[in-house]
Amino acid sequence: MMQEGLDDGPDFLSEEDRGPRAVNVDLQTDATLQVDISDALSERDKVKFTVHTKSTLPNFKQNEFSVVRQHEEFIWLHDSFVENEEYAGYIIPPAPPRPDFDASREKLQKLGEGEGSMTKEEFTKMKQELEAEYLAIFKKTVAMHEVFLCRVAAHPVLRKDLNFHVFLEYNQDLSVRGKNKKEKLEDFFKNVVKSADGVLVAGVKDVDDFFEHEKTFLLEYHNRVKEASAKSDRKIRSHKNAADDINRIASTLYTLGTQDSTDLCKFFLKVSELFEKTRKIEARVAADEDLKLADLLKYYLRESQAAKDLLYRRGRALVDYENANKALDKARAKNKDVLQAETTQQVCCQKFEKISESAKQELIDFKTRRVAAFRKNLVELAELELKHAKGNLQLLQSCLGVLKGDT
Amino acid sequence: QSPEAARLSAEDISPSSNGPRDDDPDDPDDLFAEATEEVSLDSPERQPILSDGPSPAITPVTISPRVDVFDRSPDLVKHRLSSCDGMNAYMVYKVMTKTSLSIFSRDEVCVKRRFSDFLGLHSKLASKYMHMGYIVPPAPEKSIVGMTKVKVGKEDLSSVEFVEKRRSALERYLLRTVKHPALLKDPDVLQFLESSELPRAVSTQALSGAGILRMVNKAADAVNKMTIKMNESDAWFEEKQQQFENLDVQLRKLHASVESLVYHRKELSVNTASFAKSAAMLGNSEDHTALSRALSQLAEVEEKIDQLHQDQSYADFYLISELLGDYVRLITAVKGVFDQRMKAWAKWQDAQVMLQRKREAEAKLQYASKPDKLQQATDEIREWEGKVQQGERDFEQISKNIRREVGRFEKDRVKDFRVVIMKYLESLVHTQQQLIKYWEAFLPEAKAIA
Repeated sequence: MMQEGLDDGPDFLSEEDRGPRAVNVDLQTDATLQVDISDALSERDKVKFTVHTKSTLPNFKQNEFSVVRQHEEFIWLHDSFVENEEYAGYIIPPAPPRPDFDASREKLQKLGEGEGSMTKEEFTKMKQELEAEYLAIFKKTVAMHEVFLCRVAAHPVLRKDLNFHVFLEYNQDLSVRGKNKKEKLEDFFKNVVKSADGVLVAGVKDVDDFFEHEKTFLLEYHNRVKEASAKSDRKIRSHKNAADDINRIASTLYTLGTQDSTDLCKFFLKVSELFEKTRKIEARVAADEDLKLADLLKYYLRESQAAKDLLYRRGRALVDYENANKALDKARAKNKDVLQAETTQQVCCQKFEKISESAKQELIDFKTRRVAAFRKNLVELAELELKHAKGNLQLLQSCLGVLKGDT
Repeated sequence: QSPEAARLSAEDISPSSNGPRDDDPDDPDDLFAEATEEVSLDSPERQPILSDGPSPAITPVTISPRVDVFDRSPDLVKHRLSSCDGMNAYMVYKVMTKTSLSIFSRDEVCVKRRFSDFLGLHSKLASKYMHMGYIVPPAPEKSIVGMTKVKVGKEDLSSVEFVEKRRSALERYLLRTVKHPALLKDPDVLQFLESSELPRAVSTQALSGAGILRMVNKAADAVNKMTIKMNESDAWFEEKQQQFENLDVQLRKLHASVESLVYHRKELSVNTASFAKSAAMLGNSEDHTALSRALSQLAEVEEKIDQLHQDQSYADFYLISELLGDYVRLITAVKGVFDQRMKAWAKWQDAQVMLQRKREAEAKLQYASKPDKLQQATDEIREWEGKVQQGERDFEQISKNIRREVGRFEKDRVKDFRVVIMKYLESLVHTQQQLIKYWEAFLPEAKAIA
């Protein structure tokens, strides 16, 4: 299908989006390890990402290198972090969502089928738009995969992970296939157990005020972000629909303009031209809202889930620690297997304290990142809305001026 | 807050609409030839509307009927709507006419009319004038669903909107009707606007606007069944018919797209309001103070924008969508008038055929020596000669009328579309100006997040 270097191709996204795509995360990039996705190729049912690394770290054989990765390999890497006990105390950067071109492909197909029922101009126009939409989805999925890698690279501990280095450097296929049915079912049950546990663990009131507050906050925040994310998607869809209507109106006005036998012909042509232009702006408004608001909300939905997972792990460790304490007391009372109970209790205590310490820092960092990202995006959103509204206004006023002058 | 309806009153005056006249100044029947002219207040050559000796003082307002929903006042309708079962209740509209024309008995008159009264008026006018080639403005469509909801006393937004939509449509219908110079002086129109009691229109089932046009357009069926296809000697008619055909197709398409836009804009408004609420909730749960406040501000902005979308959607509807709907129906009336001409032509042709037959019959009787029958045959020939002449005169008259009507129609069409589209563009300007205001107020709030 489309072979696309990312920096060429039509500029569908605003100029502000070129450059570092980690728009939602506001990371400090440093020279010792820089990762980005320098290219991407969309094939029939998969996307191939070219992961490009620049590093001065001694772990790598070269200072600069690239490999090709697919979505499943990103998921493998993410899951390996989640399953690693050592990382229990960190917020694991959320996995990028699967590239989903189905809707876009379906639309392109429908367009092809309906080719006979519309004029050549209409067909070309709609085809261009659908292609632009496809390109926008493509750019988005690249950005989301890149953000994941950048988050890992910026994390002081995760960046040293061996799997991560293999992911970056090993230039063969990692042979990680997608999960088969059995494994997916296992995952499903794991999640069910986790939720039940989650309720259990959440019920235990935390001695530590910081974590108690964070727990309450995150539970509510996550739900609210979910709501807001869904609602913003719906709003943007309506906006796109309205822009499509204006597109059709512009086309019909053009036809009327070419056919009319009265003075209205010039009038219709001018208004048609105006609506063509304003429609493009409306489409850009919807796209920018999607990028600056909807994507932001979606990202923080995933991040807040990752933060909740961290709290859950800590809660689990706390329960284990408390159980170990009880077991130790029992053992001492019975004077049986005391040493073993002591060792277990020590291990649980250490684990719990280690998680608590790093979790605190992680949650503080999460807040900092979140506030910075929202600030950046809300400011850019407002600036873009203003830019587009002013552009629209100028077009409308100048057209009105011309039309009034003509009468 | 009622949405702005398109006022297509005859009092719109613009100096630019003095164009070349299509109407025939030599036509003695057309007293109102000048009434169609919009003349600037400053123009010295303004003619009296109805000159009969010394001309009265001229004011630019000729006639402006307004239609209002009558249930604002406490009597009649409220009583009807609440007492008996809903389905027997009916809505009454107040028609207020202000005029300076002397054919009216007062310069300000107010009457109550039902929806079926409007339909009745249209059916009378259509039956009187369409066969002469006059374009009679169609009445608004009946809507069983919409009206039922209102009758059953549903106080919700959709029935309020329905009543307003209907009121506005009835007003536009009246304004168009009185703008027509021949219809304005019609006694049925005068009676409709003036007399306090109106005989109930009979069997309104058949009297929907579309129903009338269908009845009158049976001429179209007659045309299709014609064995002799009309020899169009006049290219003007062929060309015009084609143009109206094309216009019909495009206007319907445009109307459908605009209706879709109205729907999506309403949907956008609802979804924006819903998002605003969720943003406010998110702001509430955010524990960073400055960000929390900014999110609440965002929610407020989105709420204001939702209102903007709603207002814009009203403008989309009342300005553009209704105008297009009106014109789609008007063009059906125009096509009907062209069909009437063909019917007149067919009648003329039939008369000629009949005359020929009568002549042949007479010729045969010449040799049969039946003096009574011969006399009868000769009389019949004279009768049919008369009918042929009448047929030809009628055909020429309707052709002349149509040319004039189409000229007037096109002039009105140009003006209507220009005025309405400009108004619409101005509504779009207003929306953008408001958007700028809201986002400009929000930007410093976003920047203040520390």
